[in-house]
Amino acid sequence: MPADAKRRVLSRFPNITSFLRYAAICVVALGVFAVVLLAAGKEPLKAYADTFHYTLANAYGFSELVVRMIPLLLTAVAVALPSRLGLINVGGEGQLYMGAWLASAGALLLPGLPVWVLLPLVTVLGFAGGAAWAAIPGLLRANKLVNETISTLLLNYVAPLIVSFFIFGPWRSAESSAYPQSAAFPDAARLPSFFNTRIHAGLFLALAALIFYWVLMDRTRWGVQMRAIGGNPEAALRLGIPVGAYVVIALAIGGGIAGLAGMGEVSGIHGRLRQGLSPGYGFTGFLISWLAGGRPLGIVLMSFLFAIITSAGDILQITQGLPYAVVNILLALLLFIVLGRNTARRTRRVHRDGSAG
Amino acid sequence: MSTPLALGVIAGAILSGTSLLYATLGETIVERAGIVNLGLEGILLIGASTGFAVTAASGSAYLGVAAAAAAGGIANLIFGWLVVMRRANQLASGLAMMFFGIGVSALVGRPFVGAVISGLPKWRPPWLAALAWVKSTTLFNYDFLIWIAVPVAVLVWWLLFETRWGLGVRAVGESSAAAFASGRNPAVVQFQALFAGGLLGGLAGAHLSLSLTLTWAEGMTAGRGFIAIALVIFSKWHPLRAIAGALVFGGAEALQLQLQARGADISPFLLDMLPYVLTILVLLAWGGSRRHAAPAGLGRTFYGTE
Amino acid sequence: MSNTPGSPLIEARQIDKRYGSVQANDKVDFTLQSGEVHALLGENGAGKSTLLKILYGFTRPDSGSIVINGKPTELRSPRDARRLGIGMVFQNFMLIPALSVSENVALFLADLPAVVRRGQVAKRLRPFAERFGLSVDPSALVRQLSVGDLQKVEILKLLLAEARVLILDEPTKVLAPHEVEALFRVFEALKTEGYAILFITHKLREVIACADRITVMRQGRVAGELTRGDADGETLVAMMFGTQVTDSPSGRTAQPPAKRVGTQGLLELRSACTRPSANTTGLRDINLVIEEKEIVGVAGVSGNGQKELGDLILGLQPLSSGRKLLFGDDASRWTIGHIRESGVAFVPEDPLVMAAVPGMSVRENLVLGTGRQYWKGAAVDWHRVEADMAGSFQKLDFPIPRLDPPIGALSGGNLQRVVIAREMAKDPRLIVALYPTRGLDVHSAASVRSLLRRARDAGGGVLLISEDLEELSEMSDRLLVMYGGAVVGEFAHGAWQMGAVGHLMTGSREVPGAG
Repeated sequence: MPADAKRRVLSRFPNITSFLRYAAICVVALGVFAVVLLAAGKEPLKAYADTFHYTLANAYGFSELVVRMIPLLLTAVAVALPSRLGLINVGGEGQLYMGAWLASAGALLLPGLPVWVLLPLVTVLGFAGGAAWAAIPGLLRANKLVNETISTLLLNYVAPLIVSFFIFGPWRSAESSAYPQSAAFPDAARLPSFFNTRIHAGLFLALAALIFYWVLMDRTRWGVQMRAIGGNPEAALRLGIPVGAYVVIALAIGGGIAGLAGMGEVSGIHGRLRQGLSPGYGFTGFLISWLAGGRPLGIVLMSFLFAIITSAGDILQITQGLPYAVVNILLALLLFIVLGRNTARRTRRVHRDGSAG
Repeated sequence: MSTPLALGVIAGAILSGTSLLYATLGETIVERAGIVNLGLEGILLIGASTGFAVTAASGSAYLGVAAAAAAGGIANLIFGWLVVMRRANQLASGLAMMFFGIGVSALVGRPFVGAVISGLPKWRPPWLAALAWVKSTTLFNYDFLIWIAVPVAVLVWWLLFETRWGLGVRAVGESSAAAFASGRNPAVVQFQALFAGGLLGGLAGAHLSLSLTLTWAEGMTAGRGFIAIALVIFSKWHPLRAIAGALVFGGAEALQLQLQARGADISPFLLDMLPYVLTILVLLAWGGSRRHAAPAGLGRTFYGTE
Repeated sequence: MSNTPGSPLIEARQIDKRYGSVQANDKVDFTLQSGEVHALLGENGAGKSTLLKILYGFTRPDSGSIVINGKPTELRSPRDARRLGIGMVFQNFMLIPALSVSENVALFLADLPAVVRRGQVAKRLRPFAERFGLSVDPSALVRQLSVGDLQKVEILKLLLAEARVLILDEPTKVLAPHEVEALFRVFEALKTEGYAILFITHKLREVIACADRITVMRQGRVAGELTRGDADGETLVAMMFGTQVTDSPSGRTAQPPAKRVGTQGLLELRSACTRPSANTTGLRDINLVIEEKEIVGVAGVSGNGQKELGDLILGLQPLSSGRKLLFGDDASRWTIGHIRESGVAFVPEDPLVMAAVPGMSVRENLVLGTGRQYWKGAAVDWHRVEADMAGSFQKLDFPIPRLDPPIGALSGGNLQRVVIAREMAKDPRLIVALYPTRGLDVHSAASVRSLLRRARDAGGGVLLISEDLEELSEMSDRLLVMYGGAVVGEFAHGAWQMGAVGHLMTGSREVPGAG
């Protein structure tokens, strides 16, 4: 097809171009994975088969994929929402931990409440913890004191220490255990799980966050103003949009959503507050959001891709004796390839694109 | 603070601060050239694992150190390909490097987990060894990386501020337009800075596995890369101030260990927070002047605009 | 390079250069002699920068030749120019603020040793500094220097690189008067040693003060060439603006800006001042009233505070002292949104930079900046937006564009129309127009002007900031002239002459005929 005609056809279906892009990323991932496996002396086809068998073809395996996706979806939205205003939130880790912390506070300090009070309260606290943690960098940025890239990054490392402090200190569980952790949450504070799997109600929170993000940005009056800030901050200011207020609000909402991820981990998965809640979800979320161009559909697809890749790592460790570290290399190579192609076009789209979809 | 405690903290600060210092020096050179490498953690891991592996395989810790430095340099060159040649987003690329470092180091180190190595030999000047109060501590009983740490910092300072090359590096980091107008190729300068920074990062990692712990374990750097990034800001991108900073931050860690050993009740976590909280407070306190201290070219990355 | 004073160092013969539809240089002949200070004078758009770019090797002329030291030469790049001893000082200095003077100079030295000895660099600077009055502290950081000192450093860089011809692009634009005097002393010293200086300016007084020869350009052509003795204000202004200026202007010329206390206009500024900053001019003691049914024009060379005046009115710049009243209320502290909602509209020169978001659709851009008007709960009432905006387009007699495409895809004229339609939709009482027709084709520009007039006729007030003197002359009911952040002259309709305006714009203190 001549280039002109192709462009005209593709431009009528903008969603197809982005879908094609995601498909291309997945294909590249498969290819790179094959190369890495070969280098490690394993057979790619068998590896694919094993992965498929234990994830997509297997009910429980599929449920584990979904479990993995929950925190990824949330931390990705936590990055994507502020990014539409041109803000860089690399503090998902810290916001997750602070959400987990505040949610735990509610669960541990108010054990007597009935579930229909405690659970929503714990959820709100989870959001609030992350939101407050992200509001600090927001205020610093809005007042032009410290840019949010540095401040969110630095606060990432303070949050897990606060959690550890409480786990080793005031909230330390009386039960003897291999490692310190908080007491178990009362059932009323636990997110219910479904179908005998580990999928917990945090999934609804994740989907709600995605829908909220999409609706907010593309369908509300606030979204129009926020995208204007991301697209042309000077024009936005001249048009009377309160840029400073939006900066704080966007970061706070993003942080709150990451906080929900933390709440989901402690309330849905572990049932208590412990160390090591996040194997880097905050950073992974940043990369997912970046790869997805901040778009909701892309976030779902990329989270799914990351979930499969990390699952594959676990599965192949057992079935083929593949060290889990290969997963990190695979992710890195995938990112290198994506980062190394057409970068000028992509970064412009992420940073300047205030448009919908 | 009692004398043994004080001495213990200082001794500990020097021990753990050394790898921090190398990492900070490396990142300082890179940031002076206008690039941020968030994946410093990955570089440290690559250095630590490569150093350990080569030492275990060859029996020579010095060879291990050399290999670690080389590995770090090469890793930073890969990073350079992304951010300088392909103009990729520095933050995303840095995080990708972090994943890369975690993965590669795990693979490299895997066959050698649990290996027993004789690490870098330590040396203490005999006239100091004779002193009783010194003999009972680790003071002045150091491997060569610690002995040359401060001279290396001075060397980095001299390179950046007293040589033609360093002037070019700083010019590129402030204004690649002006640097280009002066006849320099900013990309080449940045690659040079990245390689030098990678060498130092590799050394930082090597010190951890070949001197401090004499082991290799996945993820053993435990966030030191990010502390170093904070340290670069804290020391205002100046190699000599980094010495003080590394001692302070290393000292916090040492203080924590000492207090724990004495059964003291101060939570170690509060002390661990110190580096990060201090850096934020310092950023706040400087306000405008800090903005002056940062190489102007970094602004693009940190402020998210093209 | 020959040092004989008076011998032509550079000759440009019959230079032509066209950019698109604009003939930037039209058969330009120009010579520069050694040992002279030569000024290149003209309005914006006269072709001075283009000629400079050609002389420095940045661009090649379409036709014509350049002869250097008697030999026909082709300048393919600035490097060729530099090798021939031609050096240029740009308006935005190629200096690094965080480094010291000697480091900045060292950076540009071709023969810098591997180990930089700042002492050596300072020593090399000293003879030049002393001989030509270019003393600067070599260890000072560039960001601490005044603009005048920055210029000295740039000149020192050129001298150390053995340039014999120094070209400066609007060197006095940002200098304080005493710095200008210092610069001219430097020129004097350099010229006695055989250097040749060429500088662009639009400020008459300076030209008369220091130039040995003056070339005036107008609309791409050389309008005239004068030597020191023959040049006086009237002749130069006539050449620059192409008007015939009579020797004795009538009594109805410029009046000093009148303080109109007590009149309640749409806008009133009383002794308004703003703080200057790194890239903005501070406003000094502005007294201004805009009443209903008038267009107040603001003339002046770009960079003398016009944009800051507009930003002050719109709320982007805070007052450092004085008061601002909008529609009778003290608006000194109002937010930008409040000011807009009270009925103030903004028509800028480059909407994509200042008034529109490129990535968003036309429809979305139309609703931006309309305040709370179209909010319906959490969403936007798009139907009403489209209806109201369609009405606005029709009232203005503009074609209604398609609303879905991104606004960045529209042409300059169409884009400006969208912005104007949006601004006019709320029937604003005060319009701030900042170079509204810059960059537009003739037809679009004319329609913008006619709509401003219609707004005025309907009862509104317009502040029209423009560099186009013909446009200002045609449109303004009253005309203000700004220079150096202050209003230096005010004319009632029909009472001005281009000569007087030109003088004020170019910094002449006295107004002809006013004693």
